[in-house]
Amino acid sequence: MELLTPNIGLVFWMSLAFLVVLFVLRKFAWSGIISALKEREDFIERSLKSAEEAKALMSSLKAENENLLAEARAEREAILKEAKEMKEKILADAKLTASEEGNRMIAAARGEIEKEKNQALSDIKKQVGEISLEIAERVIKKELSDKGAQEALVEKHLSAAQSN
Amino acid sequence: MNNTKATFLALALVILTSFSSFASGGHDNHGEAEKFVPGDVIIHHVLDNHEIHIGNFHIPLPIILWDNGKLVGPFSSSNLSHGNSYLGYVMDHEKIYYADETGSKVILGYDEKTKEPIHSKPLDFSITKSVVGIFITSILMLLMFFAVSKGYKKRAGQAPKGIQSALEPLIVFVRDEVAKPSIGKKYEKFMPYLLTVFFFIWIANLLGLIPFIGGFNVTGNIAVALVLAFITFLITAFSGNKDYWLHIFWTPGVPVWLKATGLMILIEFIGFVSKPIVLTLRLFANITAGHIIILSFVSLIFIFNNMYGAGGGFGVSLVSVIFSIFMFCIELLVAFLQAYVFTLLSALYFGSAVEEHAHEH
Repeated sequence: MELLTPNIGLVFWMSLAFLVVLFVLRKFAWSGIISALKEREDFIERSLKSAEEAKALMSSLKAENENLLAEARAEREAILKEAKEMKEKILADAKLTASEEGNRMIAAARGEIEKEKNQALSDIKKQVGEISLEIAERVIKKELSDKGAQEALVEKHLSAAQSN
Repeated sequence: MNNTKATFLALALVILTSFSSFASGGHDNHGEAEKFVPGDVIIHHVLDNHEIHIGNFHIPLPIILWDNGKLVGPFSSSNLSHGNSYLGYVMDHEKIYYADETGSKVILGYDEKTKEPIHSKPLDFSITKSVVGIFITSILMLLMFFAVSKGYKKRAGQAPKGIQSALEPLIVFVRDEVAKPSIGKKYEKFMPYLLTVFFFIWIANLLGLIPFIGGFNVTGNIAVALVLAFITFLITAFSGNKDYWLHIFWTPGVPVWLKATGLMILIEFIGFVSKPIVLTLRLFANITAGHIIILSFVSLIFIFNNMYGAGGGFGVSLVSVIFSIFMFCIELLVAFLQAYVFTLLSALYFGSAVEEHAHEH
């Protein structure tokens, strides 16, 4: 049947045209297209990969930052706590020193007072002695107007002093 | 603006030519054959032709003959129309014979038994309708893919644009869905052929579906399908590795007596040879069948017109046109599908030829 009989002329032209198209396209189109497609796909893949890496880097950086922040916060807390303690210690120390100083000053004052008091007492004693002596002198002057009485008194005092 | 105008003009032209085409078709059939024989008309349209009919216009095509070592032509096919002879050659049913007679209305001598003309037949290398179709497809492909290739050079590494973005999915489809899974690692070597054959068949199929440009039936011609299948066969044979030929001539894992008697070789060889035949017939039969079905629906109008008058023709035409449109949609799908199937099977054959067998089985 004619439908199933290939025509030699058509076979010739078909082979010629198809092979020309095949070789021309292979040389000038397909190689460029295929390599360009591949290049672009590689590029896209690389970009996606690097984006993924950047994302991972970002998240690790973020975690690091958070760590740093937490560390800083802890440090601040510690410093604050230390400062507080220091303040308290200084206050306590100051209080202690102040009270000690006070005590010392009180003690010194007390000593001074004692000294003053003793001084005053001794002064008073001296004055009392002088006054007594004066009185005694006057008394004695009056009593010892005669010689016999004087001697008797000296005798009496001497004996008293010797017995002491 | 210009684009819209051009589209309207093209549409108007198509509508005008379609009317004249139908009118002339009807007149021709009545005038020439007296009665309408749908089978002959359909086969005539499906087969190759020495002229292209667009509406009322008949475009004559160059005739080139090879007659016993002598090149004759090219000369216009209009010289041979209506039984006229030219340089002693006469055309009968698109076949050219050497009648050694001059003048018009040459009566050929027929053999009594075979009903074939008894005259000698030169080899016909004419630029027929199908050859024109092949050339149109080839030129379209060259233009399209040069443009695509240029696009890749101009916008290297960038998103595709224009025709490049239209064809890129198909190129990637052939690579990722056809070549890679069927062939494997060595797919790149076969990509140029697979892409060329895919787009050639697809574009040629679509060319055959465009109405009113002469009804090309390029891929539905057995010669075209045969050439494509034969190239696939040659590439398979030439890229076959040791394992491939071993499987054909000394199939591993088969009893020795089967191999020694040559039975296995016969079976494997039949498989080897039947592959291109199957490829040829599948493509040719699918595309031709589609054309025949559409033409049959159109012929129904004329059959009913002849049987029941204009009313019958008109009534059937409503149904026929709906079915024809439906068939056109299916044929659009088939155009792609057959290109895909041909490419896929070619890729599978290449895959079996270059496959490396890690183990004996």
